[in-house]
Amino acid sequence: MSGVRVLVGTRKGAFVLTADGKRDRWQVSGPHFPGWEIYHLKGSPADPNRLYASQSSGWFGQVVQRSDDGGRTWEAVGNKFEYDGDAGTHQWYDGTQHPWAFARVWHFEPSLTDPDTVYAGVEDAALFRSTDGGATWQEMPGLRRQPSGPHWQPGAGGMCLHTIVLDPKDPGRMYVAISAAGAFRTDDGGTSWRPINRGLRSQGIPDPDAEVGHCVHRIAMHPSRPGVLFMQKHWDVMRSDDGGGSWREVSGNLPTDFGFPIDVHAHEPETIYVVPITSDSLHFPPEGKLRVFRSRTGGGDWEALTKGLPQQDCYVNVLRDAMAVDSLDPCGVYFGTTGGQVYASRNGGDSWTPIVRDLPSVLAVEVQSLA
Amino acid sequence: MIRVVLPTHLRSLARVDDEVAVSVEGAPTRGAVLDALEATYPVLRGTIRDQVTRQRRPFIRFFACEQDLTHEPADAALPDAVVAGAEPYLVVGAMAGG
Repeated sequence: MSGVRVLVGTRKGAFVLTADGKRDRWQVSGPHFPGWEIYHLKGSPADPNRLYASQSSGWFGQVVQRSDDGGRTWEAVGNKFEYDGDAGTHQWYDGTQHPWAFARVWHFEPSLTDPDTVYAGVEDAALFRSTDGGATWQEMPGLRRQPSGPHWQPGAGGMCLHTIVLDPKDPGRMYVAISAAGAFRTDDGGTSWRPINRGLRSQGIPDPDAEVGHCVHRIAMHPSRPGVLFMQKHWDVMRSDDGGGSWREVSGNLPTDFGFPIDVHAHEPETIYVVPITSDSLHFPPEGKLRVFRSRTGGGDWEALTKGLPQQDCYVNVLRDAMAVDSLDPCGVYFGTTGGQVYASRNGGDSWTPIVRDLPSVLAVEVQSLA
Repeated sequence: MIRVVLPTHLRSLARVDDEVAVSVEGAPTRGAVLDALEATYPVLRGTIRDQVTRQRRPFIRFFACEQDLTHEPADAALPDAVVAGAEPYLVVGAMAGG
Protein backbone atom coordinates (compact mmCIF):
# COMPACT_ATOMS: atom_id res chain seq x y z
CA MET A 1 0.00 0.00 0.00
CA SER A 2 1.22 3.48 -0.71
CA GLY A 3 2.27 5.79 2.08
CA VAL A 4 3.89 9.06 2.92
CA ARG A 5 6.91 10.10 4.91
CA VAL A 6 7.00 13.66 6.18
CA LEU A 7 10.49 14.95 6.99
CA VAL A 8 10.43 17.75 9.53
CA GLY A 9 13.41 19.92 10.45
CA THR A 10 13.12 21.96 13.64
CA ARG A 11 15.26 24.21 15.77
CA LYS A 12 15.96 21.30 18.11
CA GLY A 13 16.14 18.21 15.95
CA ALA A 14 14.56 16.28 13.09
CA PHE A 15 11.36 14.27 13.11
CA VAL A 16 10.06 11.70 10.65
CA LEU A 17 6.27 11.32 10.44
CA THR A 18 4.91 8.33 8.54
CA ALA A 19 1.47 7.12 7.54
CA ASP A 20 -0.09 4.77 5.05
CA GLY A 21 -1.98 6.06 2.04
CA LYS A 22 -5.03 6.92 4.11
CA ARG A 23 -2.95 9.52 5.95
CA ASP A 24 -5.08 9.38 9.06
CA ARG A 25 -2.82 7.59 11.57
CA TRP A 26 0.72 8.80 12.02
CA GLN A 27 3.86 7.40 13.60
CA VAL A 28 6.33 9.96 14.90
CA SER A 29 10.04 9.18 14.98
CA GLY A 30 12.49 11.52 16.65
CA PRO A 31 14.01 13.73 17.68
CA HIS A 32 16.93 12.78 15.51
CA PHE A 33 20.01 14.91 16.28
CA PRO A 34 18.31 16.36 19.37
CA GLY A 35 19.37 19.85 20.28
CA TRP A 36 20.68 20.70 16.81
CA GLU A 37 19.06 22.98 14.28
CA ILE A 38 17.89 21.00 11.28
CA TYR A 39 17.51 23.57 8.56
CA HIS A 40 16.36 21.08 5.95
CA LEU A 41 16.15 17.42 5.08
CA LYS A 42 15.07 15.89 1.82
CA GLY A 43 14.90 12.52 0.11
CA SER A 44 16.25 11.51 -3.26
CA PRO A 45 13.59 11.13 -5.95
CA ALA A 46 15.75 8.37 -7.43
CA ASP A 47 15.99 6.40 -4.17
CA PRO A 48 13.46 7.31 -1.48
CA ASN A 49 15.55 5.64 1.21
CA ARG A 50 18.38 8.09 0.59
CA LEU A 51 17.90 11.21 2.71
CA TYR A 52 20.12 14.21 3.31
CA ALA A 53 19.87 16.40 6.42
CA SER A 54 21.47 19.72 7.29
CA GLN A 55 22.43 19.66 10.96
CA SER A 56 23.89 22.83 12.38
CA SER A 57 24.64 24.65 15.58
CA GLY A 58 25.85 28.07 16.57
CA TRP A 59 28.49 26.34 18.68
CA PHE A 60 29.61 23.44 16.51
CA GLY A 61 28.97 24.52 12.94
CA GLN A 62 27.68 22.42 10.08
CA VAL A 63 27.25 18.65 9.97
CA VAL A 64 25.74 16.82 7.00
CA GLN A 65 23.83 13.63 7.74
CA ARG A 66 22.86 10.96 5.25
CA SER A 67 20.46 8.08 5.67
CA ASP A 68 20.23 5.05 3.40
CA ASP A 69 17.24 3.49 5.13
CA GLY A 70 14.59 6.18 5.05
CA GLY A 71 15.68 7.93 8.22
CA ARG A 72 16.02 5.03 10.64
CA THR A 73 19.80 5.35 10.83
CA TRP A 74 22.10 8.17 9.84
CA GLU A 75 25.75 8.66 8.99
CA ALA A 76 27.65 11.94 9.13
CA VAL A 77 29.27 12.65 5.76
CA GLY A 78 31.39 15.50 4.45
CA ASN A 79 30.96 18.98 5.89
CA LYS A 80 33.79 20.89 4.22
CA PHE A 81 32.27 23.68 2.14
CA GLU A 82 35.19 25.63 0.70
CA TYR A 83 34.49 28.41 -1.76
CA ASP A 84 36.23 28.00 -5.08
CA GLY A 85 39.48 29.93 -5.35
CA ASP A 86 39.65 33.38 -3.81
CA ALA A 87 36.26 33.69 -2.14
CA GLY A 88 36.13 37.44 -2.65
CA THR A 89 33.70 39.81 -0.98
CA HIS A 90 30.07 40.84 -1.08
CA GLN A 91 28.25 43.85 0.25
CA TRP A 92 27.62 43.92 4.00
CA TYR A 93 24.80 45.55 5.95
CA ASP A 94 26.80 48.74 6.41
CA GLY A 95 27.66 49.02 2.73
CA THR A 96 31.25 47.84 3.09
CA GLN A 97 32.61 44.77 1.35
CA HIS A 98 32.63 41.64 3.51
CA PRO A 99 34.52 38.38 2.88
CA TRP A 100 32.36 35.49 1.72
CA ALA A 101 32.22 33.02 4.63
CA PHE A 102 30.37 29.72 4.95
CA ALA A 103 27.81 29.63 7.76
CA ARG A 104 25.36 26.78 7.10
CA VAL A 105 23.41 24.75 4.56
CA TRP A 106 19.88 26.07 4.15
CA HIS A 107 18.61 23.62 1.56
CA PHE A 108 19.52 20.29 -0.05
CA GLU A 109 18.13 19.43 -3.46
CA PRO A 110 18.89 15.83 -4.45
CA SER A 111 19.30 15.07 -8.15
CA LEU A 112 16.20 13.78 -9.89
CA THR A 113 18.11 10.81 -11.29
CA ASP A 114 21.19 10.02 -9.18
CA PRO A 115 20.95 9.40 -5.41
CA ASP A 116 24.62 10.30 -4.94
CA THR A 117 24.28 13.71 -6.55
CA VAL A 118 22.87 16.47 -4.38
CA TYR A 119 22.97 20.25 -4.47
CA ALA A 120 23.41 22.39 -1.37
CA GLY A 121 22.31 26.00 -1.05
CA VAL A 122 24.40 27.70 1.60
CA GLU A 123 24.93 30.92 3.54
CA ASP A 124 26.89 33.03 2.51
CA ALA A 125 25.05 32.50 -0.72
CA ALA A 126 26.60 29.89 -2.96
CA LEU A 127 25.67 26.63 -4.62
CA PHE A 128 27.62 23.46 -3.89
CA ARG A 129 27.30 20.01 -5.41
CA SER A 130 28.28 16.56 -4.26
CA THR A 131 28.45 13.61 -6.63
CA ASP A 132 29.55 11.08 -4.01
CA GLY A 133 26.63 11.02 -1.65
CA GLY A 134 27.75 14.00 0.37
CA ALA A 135 31.30 12.81 1.10
CA THR A 136 32.82 15.80 -0.69
CA TRP A 137 31.43 19.12 -1.88
CA GLN A 138 32.48 21.36 -4.74
CA GLU A 139 31.25 24.88 -5.30
CA MET A 140 29.59 25.74 -8.61
CA PRO A 141 31.34 29.11 -8.74
CA GLY A 142 29.75 30.50 -11.86
CA LEU A 143 26.82 31.69 -9.78
CA ARG A 144 28.81 33.93 -7.45
CA ARG A 145 31.06 35.06 -10.28
CA GLN A 146 28.36 36.46 -12.49
CA PRO A 147 28.72 40.25 -12.43
CA SER A 148 26.19 41.05 -9.73
CA GLY A 149 27.82 38.79 -7.09
CA PRO A 150 29.84 41.48 -5.27
CA HIS A 151 26.68 43.59 -4.98
CA TRP A 152 24.58 40.96 -3.22
CA GLN A 153 23.84 41.74 0.38
CA PRO A 154 22.19 39.78 3.17
CA GLY A 155 18.61 40.07 4.28
CA ALA A 156 17.77 40.04 7.96
CA GLY A 157 18.12 36.25 8.05
CA GLY A 158 21.55 36.19 6.45
CA MET A 159 22.61 35.96 2.83
CA CYS A 160 21.30 32.54 2.07
CA LEU A 161 20.71 30.47 -1.04
CA HIS A 162 17.51 28.82 0.09
CA THR A 163 15.73 27.62 -3.05
CA ILE A 164 16.96 25.20 -5.71
CA VAL A 165 14.55 24.07 -8.42
CA LEU A 166 15.61 21.44 -10.96
CA ASP A 167 13.98 21.30 -14.40
CA PRO A 168 12.78 17.72 -14.90
CA LYS A 169 12.70 18.08 -18.69
CA ASP A 170 16.01 19.86 -19.21
CA PRO A 171 18.96 18.56 -17.16
CA GLY A 172 20.94 21.70 -17.93
CA ARG A 173 18.41 24.09 -16.46
CA MET A 174 18.01 24.94 -12.81
CA TYR A 175 16.81 27.88 -10.77
CA VAL A 176 18.03 29.22 -7.46
CA ALA A 177 16.88 32.03 -5.21
CA ILE A 178 18.93 34.09 -2.79
CA SER A 179 17.90 36.49 -0.06
CA ALA A 180 18.37 39.28 -0.79
CA ALA A 181 19.71 39.06 -4.32
CA GLY A 182 16.87 37.47 -6.25
CA ALA A 183 16.37 34.58 -8.63
CA PHE A 184 18.96 33.16 -11.03
CA ARG A 185 18.87 30.56 -13.80
CA THR A 186 21.42 28.38 -15.50
CA ASP A 187 20.85 26.67 -18.84
CA ASP A 188 24.18 24.87 -18.99
CA GLY A 189 24.16 22.72 -15.87
CA GLY A 190 25.47 25.38 -13.54
CA THR A 191 28.46 26.74 -15.41
CA SER A 192 26.94 30.13 -16.16
CA TRP A 193 24.04 31.97 -14.55
CA ARG A 194 21.94 35.04 -15.15
CA PRO A 195 19.56 37.02 -12.96
CA ILE A 196 15.89 36.44 -13.77
CA ASN A 197 14.15 39.22 -11.90
CA ARG A 198 12.49 41.25 -14.64
CA GLY A 199 9.05 42.30 -13.50
CA LEU A 200 9.82 42.19 -9.79
CA ARG A 201 9.26 45.44 -7.94
CA SER A 202 10.53 45.79 -4.39
CA GLN A 203 10.02 48.84 -2.23
CA GLY A 204 12.81 49.07 0.26
CA ILE A 205 15.64 48.83 -2.21
CA PRO A 206 17.04 51.92 -3.92
CA ASP A 207 15.85 50.94 -7.40
CA PRO A 208 12.54 49.06 -7.05
CA ASP A 209 12.94 47.21 -10.36
CA ALA A 210 16.68 46.59 -10.14
CA GLU A 211 18.14 43.55 -11.86
CA VAL A 212 19.25 42.14 -8.49
CA GLY A 213 18.61 42.92 -4.84
CA HIS A 214 15.13 41.47 -4.45
CA CYS A 215 14.26 39.38 -1.42
CA VAL A 216 12.79 36.30 -3.06
CA HIS A 217 11.41 33.96 -0.41
CA ARG A 218 10.51 30.88 -2.40
CA ILE A 219 9.98 29.57 -5.94
CA ALA A 220 7.79 26.59 -6.86
CA MET A 221 7.28 24.66 -10.10
CA HIS A 222 4.98 21.90 -11.25
CA PRO A 223 7.09 19.17 -12.90
CA SER A 224 4.77 18.90 -15.89
CA ARG A 225 5.30 22.58 -16.78
CA PRO A 226 8.84 23.54 -15.86
CA GLY A 227 8.64 26.86 -17.65
CA VAL A 228 5.92 28.09 -15.29
CA LEU A 229 7.25 29.36 -11.99
CA PHE A 230 5.46 30.72 -8.94
CA MET A 231 7.24 32.98 -6.48
CA GLN A 232 6.52 34.25 -3.01
CA LYS A 233 8.60 37.38 -2.75
CA HIS A 234 9.10 39.34 0.47
CA TRP A 235 5.98 41.20 -0.62
CA ASP A 236 4.08 40.05 -3.73
CA VAL A 237 3.15 36.67 -5.16
CA MET A 238 4.53 36.46 -8.68
CA ARG A 239 4.25 34.21 -11.70
CA SER A 240 6.46 33.58 -14.72
CA ASP A 241 5.39 31.72 -17.85
CA ASP A 242 8.75 31.90 -19.58
CA GLY A 243 11.20 30.24 -17.20
CA GLY A 244 11.80 33.37 -15.21
CA GLY A 245 12.37 35.60 -18.22
CA SER A 246 9.64 37.90 -16.92
CA TRP A 247 7.33 37.97 -13.92
CA ARG A 248 3.87 39.37 -13.27
CA GLU A 249 2.12 39.85 -9.98
CA VAL A 250 -0.70 37.42 -9.11
CA SER A 251 -1.37 38.52 -5.52
CA GLY A 252 -4.94 39.31 -6.52
CA ASN A 253 -7.36 39.26 -3.59
CA LEU A 254 -4.96 37.95 -0.93
CA PRO A 255 -5.43 39.72 2.41
CA THR A 256 -1.69 40.41 2.41
CA ASP A 257 0.86 39.30 -0.14
CA PHE A 258 3.73 39.01 2.33
CA GLY A 259 4.70 35.45 3.17
CA PHE A 260 7.32 32.78 2.90
CA PRO A 261 6.29 29.41 1.35
CA ILE A 262 4.54 28.72 -1.94
CA ASP A 263 3.76 25.34 -3.45
CA VAL A 264 1.89 23.72 -6.32
CA HIS A 265 -0.75 20.95 -6.19
CA ALA A 266 0.70 17.62 -7.35
CA HIS A 267 -1.93 17.02 -10.05
CA GLU A 268 -3.27 20.48 -10.87
CA PRO A 269 -0.51 22.74 -12.22
CA GLU A 270 -2.66 25.84 -11.85
CA THR A 271 -3.52 25.18 -8.19
CA ILE A 272 -1.12 26.90 -5.85
CA TYR A 273 -0.88 27.56 -2.11
CA VAL A 274 0.50 30.39 0.02
CA VAL A 275 0.27 31.33 3.70
CA PRO A 276 -0.22 35.10 3.97
CA ILE A 277 1.64 36.76 6.81
CA THR A 278 0.71 40.19 8.12
CA SER A 279 3.80 42.13 7.07
CA ASP A 280 7.57 42.26 7.03
CA SER A 281 7.52 43.60 10.57
CA LEU A 282 4.67 41.42 11.87
CA HIS A 283 5.59 37.83 11.14
CA PHE A 284 2.28 36.25 12.07
CA PRO A 285 -1.03 35.69 10.29
CA PRO A 286 -3.43 38.60 9.88
CA GLU A 287 -6.14 38.85 12.56
CA GLY A 288 -4.67 35.89 14.44
CA LYS A 289 -6.23 33.53 11.89
CA LEU A 290 -4.04 30.85 10.35
CA ARG A 291 -5.23 30.58 6.77
CA VAL A 292 -3.76 28.85 3.78
CA PHE A 293 -4.86 30.52 0.55
CA ARG A 294 -5.42 28.44 -2.56
CA SER A 295 -5.71 29.65 -6.12
CA ARG A 296 -7.06 27.28 -8.75
CA THR A 297 -6.26 29.75 -11.48
CA GLY A 298 -2.52 30.02 -11.12
CA GLY A 299 -2.85 33.12 -8.99
CA GLY A 300 -5.02 36.20 -9.04
CA ASP A 301 -8.13 34.63 -7.54
CA TRP A 302 -7.59 33.16 -4.07
CA GLU A 303 -9.77 31.35 -1.53
CA ALA A 304 -9.10 31.03 2.19
CA LEU A 305 -8.72 27.49 3.54
CA THR A 306 -9.57 27.49 7.22
CA LYS A 307 -11.24 24.21 8.16
CA GLY A 308 -9.22 22.66 10.98
CA LEU A 309 -6.85 25.62 11.32
CA PRO A 310 -6.95 27.97 14.33
CA GLN A 311 -9.07 31.02 13.57
CA GLN A 312 -8.32 33.05 16.63
CA ASP A 313 -5.31 33.98 18.74
CA CYS A 314 -2.84 32.33 16.38
CA TYR A 315 0.48 34.11 16.02
CA VAL A 316 2.81 31.57 14.46
CA ASN A 317 4.81 31.90 11.25
CA VAL A 318 5.33 29.42 8.43
CA LEU A 319 8.85 29.55 7.04
CA ARG A 320 9.89 29.32 3.42
CA ASP A 321 10.88 25.65 3.37
CA ALA A 322 8.06 24.49 5.65
CA MET A 323 5.38 23.57 3.10
CA ALA A 324 5.22 20.55 0.79
CA VAL A 325 2.78 18.37 -1.13
CA ASP A 326 2.57 14.62 -1.62
CA SER A 327 1.71 13.01 -4.94
CA LEU A 328 -1.13 10.78 -3.76
CA ASP A 329 -4.67 11.26 -5.01
CA PRO A 330 -6.21 13.37 -3.59
CA CYS A 331 -3.11 15.47 -3.16
CA GLY A 332 -1.88 15.95 0.40
CA VAL A 333 -0.62 19.33 1.54
CA TYR A 334 1.56 19.82 4.63
CA PHE A 335 3.06 22.73 6.49
CA GLY A 336 4.86 23.34 9.77
CA THR A 337 4.75 26.38 12.02
CA THR A 338 7.12 28.20 14.29
CA GLY A 339 4.78 27.07 17.08
CA GLY A 340 5.69 23.44 16.48
CA GLN A 341 2.56 22.23 14.73
CA VAL A 342 2.65 20.24 11.51
CA TYR A 343 -0.69 20.41 9.73
CA ALA A 344 -1.77 17.98 7.02
CA SER A 345 -4.57 18.09 4.51
CA ARG A 346 -5.38 14.91 2.64
CA ASN A 347 -7.85 16.65 0.34
CA GLY A 348 -5.87 19.35 -1.38
CA GLY A 349 -6.38 21.86 1.39
CA ASP A 350 -10.13 21.59 1.95
CA SER A 351 -9.57 20.59 5.59
CA TRP A 352 -6.58 20.31 7.90
CA THR A 353 -5.54 18.19 10.86
CA PRO A 354 -2.45 18.62 13.04
CA ILE A 355 -0.19 15.56 12.86
CA VAL A 356 1.83 16.90 15.80
CA ARG A 357 1.22 19.98 17.92
CA ASP A 358 4.20 20.48 20.15
CA LEU A 359 7.44 20.08 18.24
CA PRO A 360 10.18 22.69 18.46
CA SER A 361 9.82 25.56 16.01
CA VAL A 362 9.57 24.06 12.52
CA LEU A 363 12.13 25.13 9.94
CA ALA A 364 11.41 22.74 7.10
CA VAL A 365 8.84 20.23 5.89
CA GLU A 366 9.34 17.85 2.99
CA VAL A 367 7.16 14.94 1.93
CA GLN A 368 7.97 11.68 0.24
CA SER A 369 5.26 9.65 -1.43
CA LEU A 370 6.15 6.00 -1.07
CA ALA A 371 5.08 3.19 -3.37
CA MET B 1 47.69 9.59 26.23
CA ILE B 2 45.93 12.89 26.65
CA ARG B 3 42.45 12.80 28.12
CA VAL B 4 39.88 14.99 26.38
CA VAL B 5 36.41 15.80 27.65
CA LEU B 6 34.00 16.80 24.89
CA PRO B 7 30.72 18.69 25.25
CA THR B 8 27.54 16.61 25.16
CA HIS B 9 26.64 17.28 21.54
CA LEU B 10 30.09 16.33 20.30
CA ARG B 11 30.09 13.15 22.40
CA SER B 12 26.82 12.24 20.70
CA LEU B 13 28.23 13.04 17.30
CA ALA B 14 31.38 10.98 17.94
CA ARG B 15 29.29 8.23 19.55
CA VAL B 16 31.34 8.16 22.75
CA ASP B 17 29.90 8.07 26.26
CA ASP B 18 32.72 9.49 28.32
CA GLU B 19 36.01 11.25 28.01
CA VAL B 20 38.28 10.09 25.23
CA ALA B 21 42.05 9.64 25.12
CA VAL B 22 44.25 10.52 22.18
CA SER B 23 47.88 9.90 21.46
CA VAL B 24 49.78 12.92 20.25
CA GLU B 25 52.83 12.75 18.05
CA GLY B 26 55.46 15.40 18.67
CA ALA B 27 55.00 18.35 20.97
CA PRO B 28 51.74 18.14 22.96
CA THR B 29 49.95 21.31 21.96
CA ARG B 30 46.29 22.17 21.47
CA GLY B 31 46.75 21.96 17.74
CA ALA B 32 48.28 18.51 18.02
CA VAL B 33 45.50 17.32 20.34
CA LEU B 34 42.83 18.55 17.94
CA ASP B 35 44.65 16.97 15.00
CA ALA B 36 44.71 13.65 16.84
CA LEU B 37 41.11 14.02 17.94
CA GLU B 38 39.92 14.69 14.37
CA ALA B 39 42.00 11.82 13.02
CA THR B 40 40.41 9.43 15.50
CA TYR B 41 36.90 10.88 15.14
CA PRO B 42 36.61 12.37 11.64
CA VAL B 43 33.02 13.40 12.37
CA LEU B 44 34.42 16.10 14.65
CA ARG B 45 36.13 17.89 11.77
CA GLY B 46 34.69 21.35 11.48
CA THR B 47 32.88 21.25 14.81
CA ILE B 48 35.65 22.61 17.06
CA ARG B 49 37.60 24.61 14.50
CA ASP B 50 36.60 25.74 11.05
CA GLN B 51 37.37 23.23 8.28
CA VAL B 52 38.88 25.85 6.00
CA THR B 53 40.45 28.50 8.24
CA ARG B 54 41.36 26.08 11.08
CA GLN B 55 40.30 28.81 13.50
CA ARG B 56 38.53 27.94 16.74
CA ARG B 57 34.80 28.25 16.39
CA PRO B 58 33.71 31.37 18.28
CA PHE B 59 31.66 29.61 20.97
CA ILE B 60 34.23 26.91 21.78
CA ARG B 61 36.36 27.23 24.89
CA PHE B 62 39.36 25.20 26.10
CA PHE B 63 39.88 24.67 29.83
CA ALA B 64 42.37 22.62 31.85
CA CYS B 65 43.66 22.63 35.41
CA GLU B 66 41.07 25.25 36.33
CA GLN B 67 42.53 27.62 33.73
CA ASP B 68 40.93 29.11 30.64
CA LEU B 69 43.37 28.26 27.87
CA THR B 70 41.09 29.41 25.07
CA HIS B 71 43.23 32.29 24.00
CA GLU B 72 46.57 30.49 24.27
CA PRO B 73 48.22 29.99 20.86
CA ALA B 74 47.40 26.70 19.19
CA ASP B 75 51.06 25.73 19.33
CA ALA B 76 51.55 26.58 23.03
CA ALA B 77 52.59 23.72 25.29
CA LEU B 78 49.78 22.12 27.29
CA PRO B 79 50.01 21.99 31.11
CA ASP B 80 52.23 19.21 32.44
CA ALA B 81 49.28 17.60 34.26
CA VAL B 82 47.37 17.32 30.99
CA VAL B 83 50.37 15.87 29.18
CA ALA B 84 50.86 13.37 32.00
CA GLY B 85 47.22 12.32 31.87
CA ALA B 86 46.55 13.46 35.42
CA GLU B 87 44.10 16.16 34.29
CA PRO B 88 41.75 16.18 31.29
CA TYR B 89 41.69 18.79 28.56
CA LEU B 90 38.19 20.22 28.40
CA VAL B 91 36.54 21.26 25.14
CA VAL B 92 33.60 23.37 26.21
CA GLY B 93 30.63 24.91 24.47
CA ALA B 94 30.38 28.47 25.78
CA MET B 95 27.40 29.09 28.01
CA ALA B 96 24.53 30.66 26.12
CA GLY B 97 20.83 30.12 26.40
CA GLY B 98 18.22 28.93 23.93
